[in-house]
Amino acid sequence: MLMKAETKPAVIEASGLDLVFQTADSPVHALSDINLSVEKGEFVSLIGPSGCGKTTLLRVIADLEKPTGGSISVNGMSPEEARLSRAYGYVFQAAALYPWRTIEKNVALPLEIMGLSNAEQQERVSRNLELVNLAGFERKFPWQLSGGMQQRASIARALAVEPDMLLMDEPFGALDEIVRDHLNEQLLKLWVETRKTVVFVTHSIPEAVFLSTKIVVMSPRPGRIHDVIDCDLGDERPLDIREAPEFLKIAHRVRDGLRAGHSYDD
Amino acid sequence: MTKTRSALVPVMTIISLIMVIWYGCVVLLNAQFEWDQAERIGKETSWSQVIPATMKQERPVLPAPHQVGQEIWKTTVEKKISSKRSLIYHASITISATLLGFLMGTALGILLAVGIVHSRVLDKSMMPWIITSQTIPILAIAPMIIVVLNSVGVTGLFPKAVISTYLSFFPVAVGMVKGLRSPEAMHLDLMKTYNASSAETLWKLRLPASVPFLFTSMKVAIAASLVGAIVGELPTGAVAGLGARLLAGSYYGQTVQIWSALVVAAIVAGLLVTFIGIIGKRVNARMGVKEELA
Repeated sequence: MLMKAETKPAVIEASGLDLVFQTADSPVHALSDINLSVEKGEFVSLIGPSGCGKTTLLRVIADLEKPTGGSISVNGMSPEEARLSRAYGYVFQAAALYPWRTIEKNVALPLEIMGLSNAEQQERVSRNLELVNLAGFERKFPWQLSGGMQQRASIARALAVEPDMLLMDEPFGALDEIVRDHLNEQLLKLWVETRKTVVFVTHSIPEAVFLSTKIVVMSPRPGRIHDVIDCDLGDERPLDIREAPEFLKIAHRVRDGLRAGHSYDD
Repeated sequence: MTKTRSALVPVMTIISLIMVIWYGCVVLLNAQFEWDQAERIGKETSWSQVIPATMKQERPVLPAPHQVGQEIWKTTVEKKISSKRSLIYHASITISATLLGFLMGTALGILLAVGIVHSRVLDKSMMPWIITSQTIPILAIAPMIIVVLNSVGVTGLFPKAVISTYLSFFPVAVGMVKGLRSPEAMHLDLMKTYNASSAETLWKLRLPASVPFLFTSMKVAIAASLVGAIVGELPTGAVAGLGARLLAGSYYGQTVQIWSALVVAAIVAGLLVTFIGIIGKRVNARMGVKEELA
């Protein structure tokens, strides 16, 4: 691995992170000895089979789950302080739009809570809807939009907060292949434009390789990091790059990592 | 147009069925009186004479639908609204107590639900009391409420409304606890990522999410309010209101009067529930609910 000349500040720094869920019958070791460092402006994918703790790790970063051991800092603060200072935008597996709010009102929701002026809210809503190609759909209710458009609206909602960091939990998991390709391209473009730090949970190898600068391969029971793969295909990545040899090489290494880490006992 | 017509057919079918059963019961229940009458004066009689007679008695055991209809017509359309014999006058008194009690009950129910959802202590301590309150027969507690409030100088509309409140807060409280807890985990997590206060989560998520639950429970609550208002009119010595008409009717054996008050009460209940339903539809439409789901 190549050492970068300038050391960028780490936005997320986890060391020896443990999380054990106490359940009725036996404790579940969701995360075990996680060491991870995410630098500013990186696009990091967490990939692994279900039950490997990738979503849990993301939720720990977001302070939606509390670790039971080890330490983690986000923006140099505890995750809770980072959450209270609204350091990140979170995109869930489903769009999680409030059905009684129109698209513009959904995007404005965090801005209302932040107490921004109406003019500021208006400006941010229209700018971010523009960014995800949803201009013209302001007055629609969520059910009037397709699944892909709903997920784009939820990305606009996360961006409207203007966080340094985006935490995305399988945002395109429920969408069909064609829509997913399209949104991947758009997300990449967005990342190139804004250079926000992104932590992206997925179980799709092509998606991870296509989007990321760093791929974290995780394995289940207990949830742990199996491999960290640098993946720099440059800023210009047409969808065709997925047939290029360097792409396939990385994809192969990810697949190997997933296979090695996966226990097929069950 | 087709919608109203398709709704009309089943409704008319049920109404005609009820009419058939009702007339059947009128004959069965009132016939004995006619036979006894004929026997007393030693007159021979037959079913062909008895059957029509059962439908025009002065004080029948069960009045016939057309007798009730005539009485309602006489006491609504043909009486001035200000008249003490006008059913519209009496209904309006009952309705005002119903609406006041319903508003107080809905407010109380919502407040209790908000408290229960936000406080573990209230959740554990209030719910058993709320349920117990509804196991006490309202007929037992209503006179006491009226008497106690009268003794401290509160009379008129308010004591009746209190009984309506007592009956109507319950469905609202239970429905709203469920409604306020209905947002899915993801929607709640979203609020957490925005560092929203619990007041903001209440206003922007829990309350809007509970609106469908609110209207469902308000439909039950307004019908319960009407029952409460009518029951509240009984111990006051039958001054005014549909309850008073019922009581006065039973004092003097005026079964036709009792039944017409009952039918009017049923019509009022139907109208009130429909009214809540219409408001609910309007609100749903404004909240972007798909029409077929509403």
